[in-house]
Amino acid sequence: MSSMVGRDHSSLAVARARRARPSILLLLFLIPVAVVVSASANPIVIGSKKFTESYVLGEIARRTLTDAGIPAEHREGMGGTIILWQALRGGQIDAYPEYTGTIAQEIFKTDRELSLEEIRNALGKLDVGMTIPLGFNNTYALVMRPTEAQRLGVRTITDLRKFPELKIGLTHEFLDRRDGWRPLRERYALPQQNVIGIDHALGYSALANGSIDVKDAYSTDAKIEQNDLIALEDDLHFFPKYEAVFLFRSSMRADAIAALRRLEGTLDEKRMIQLNAEAERTKNYTRAANLYFERGTGSTHVIGESFPHKLARWTFRHLQLVGFSLLLSVVAGIPLGIVASRGGVIGHGILGFAGVVQTIPSLALLALLVPLPFFGISARTAIAALFLYGLLPIVRNTATGLQDIPRPLRESAIALGLSPISRLCEIYLPMASRSILSGIKTSAVINIGTATLAALIGAGGLGEPILSGLNLNDHVTILQGAIPAAVLALFVQWFFDLLDRVLIPKGLRL
Amino acid sequence: MSALVRLVDVSKSYRDAAALHPTNLSIDRGKITVLIGPSGCGKSTLLRLIIGLIKPDSGSIKFDGEPITPDNIDVLRHRIGYVIQEGGLFPHLTSRANVLLMARHIAKSQKEMQRRLLELCELTRFSNQLLPRYPVELSGGQRQRVSLMRALMLSPELLLLDEPLGALDPLVRASLQKDLKEIFARLRQTVLFVTHDLAEAIYFGNEIVLMNEGRIVQKGSVTDLREKPADPFVSEFINAQRGVVLT
Repeated sequence: MSSMVGRDHSSLAVARARRARPSILLLLFLIPVAVVVSASANPIVIGSKKFTESYVLGEIARRTLTDAGIPAEHREGMGGTIILWQALRGGQIDAYPEYTGTIAQEIFKTDRELSLEEIRNALGKLDVGMTIPLGFNNTYALVMRPTEAQRLGVRTITDLRKFPELKIGLTHEFLDRRDGWRPLRERYALPQQNVIGIDHALGYSALANGSIDVKDAYSTDAKIEQNDLIALEDDLHFFPKYEAVFLFRSSMRADAIAALRRLEGTLDEKRMIQLNAEAERTKNYTRAANLYFERGTGSTHVIGESFPHKLARWTFRHLQLVGFSLLLSVVAGIPLGIVASRGGVIGHGILGFAGVVQTIPSLALLALLVPLPFFGISARTAIAALFLYGLLPIVRNTATGLQDIPRPLRESAIALGLSPISRLCEIYLPMASRSILSGIKTSAVINIGTATLAALIGAGGLGEPILSGLNLNDHVTILQGAIPAAVLALFVQWFFDLLDRVLIPKGLRL
Repeated sequence: MSALVRLVDVSKSYRDAAALHPTNLSIDRGKITVLIGPSGCGKSTLLRLIIGLIKPDSGSIKFDGEPITPDNIDVLRHRIGYVIQEGGLFPHLTSRANVLLMARHIAKSQKEMQRRLLELCELTRFSNQLLPRYPVELSGGQRQRVSLMRALMLSPELLLLDEPLGALDPLVRASLQKDLKEIFARLRQTVLFVTHDLAEAIYFGNEIVLMNEGRIVQKGSVTDLREKPADPFVSEFINAQRGVVLT
């Protein structure tokens, strides 16, 4: 996976990283500027869901637009259907690849199979346009190891009824979909109780090593061929048609719509499986997407971004997310901690709120923020979530640091006749500085880990390789994100230890 | 001679327990008044009321004829020095910064502050070589000397000392007692000194105020207390510490 953004953008990121290298100290605090600058360009934004085929289709769309002279960027792997749909409606993206069955089931929440015309009309009312199908039907399928299927004599989904002990591992999206596991189980009267939710790519490993026996897959999934799996026949015709199309905002510029339209009817299933296989083999979606164009226009080969460049881009982005959110946490957290240290209803309220935020799983917090106006699919959302997470350690440590000041010293400051502001700034806060700084350090280190989740909503950072590695079931790619993130956490720890020596008054360190 | 501080019917309770019953007391200018009594008798409460760390439930406290209110308390505090048993020095500030803290705030000139600082070093027998040190780098006796310098920095009219020597070992304590007495005499300082040690009270006090259970039991010289006890408690308290007094 090499090009989340075009070359122009990546070289910009590298240039930024270079400039920043000598003064990483400053970098942590000057980040807001860079975020604003990078958000100001106005290209067509293509989104994609978090699986290989969607990435590839997204890349194809980006390349098609770029070739037509329309600036475009691709936000890959933003999440599931609802996140992409919300992003399209909210204008954070202009187009994304979707499947007709999903539109009916997930977006219009109907169990009936809608005709293309019905879908087009319903979308039109929401100011969303749809291309004609691209040419392949990627429906769901249940897959098994062929040896196991042969041994049990399972060929169709109906055959599964006879084997209630089989372990089933399904993607989280399939588990919850209206056309997913629950109705499927009802239609086929499947008896299996042992059903777990598992990431799509990890599911293939689980299937291979026997942790699960059956999993869901897409019929154009290259993994079916690669892993030599057998797809069970949908003998009761449960799965609706999933024709691939592009959804786009009706307000998108006309030449961009025309360019997307040129993709209609140009991709059959065989071709799509090839592209998917190429993407998984090379871990490079751009290259796989280029394969689509090579047929007609010959070689317009895009050189992939080199690893050091990618790493610099990821790391810089990661630092942006953590640095900016940390800055906000400090700016808001210290005053809140001061108020909280006084106790009372407000003080307890503040600590309670920060504590509750901390208990929300980070993924859920991101998902909760995405539908809100102003947030959506953006770095903004990631920063807001990280900011909320970073709040508690800072608020709590500021409050306890202040409360731990011995009463005689507190009273000495009062008895001297210092004004309340001078008491706070010159006596209490410096005396609590060790505790406050350690709260900030905790926040920073935790957020470096949490920020890897930002990639889920397309905000980038070191979560990007982790996510696509997870998606491709490729450990090397996962480590490309995981190791730098760990190193970054160590570096930040060290940086704050250094900061302790500068900021904590000498008298408190003796 | 007029009273610098006058308490009229001042009382203070915590929840249901009275820490100080309605009390009248005058502290005369230029005198050393010693508050003495067993722990919990209300002597620290009285001190804390004067410096405004706690508010009285009833009665009024006048400083130099002016009633103490939340509005004027910060200004009045600049005219009162306060030293506590633990010293109350701020650990993140050097000795010098501790002493100069308040003076800097009311914008005294550098030159004036430096002059006063050296004067105080000489007065309290504190080596100015030690001024850059932080409180943790000083001995208990040195810390109390710095604390005293801080209290005296703005030449306060009243000095409140809340068991200032209570945490020191006997030798250091004896030498500081001697120095303190000299300092008070040199400055003709009005002092309100809290202690539970009768020998110390006698050593310092022109006027001894004996307190018990939130009330002033007797006020007078040590001779008055010994020869005309107002209450059996007075004799009991004095006899309990007799051995110390006689030696």
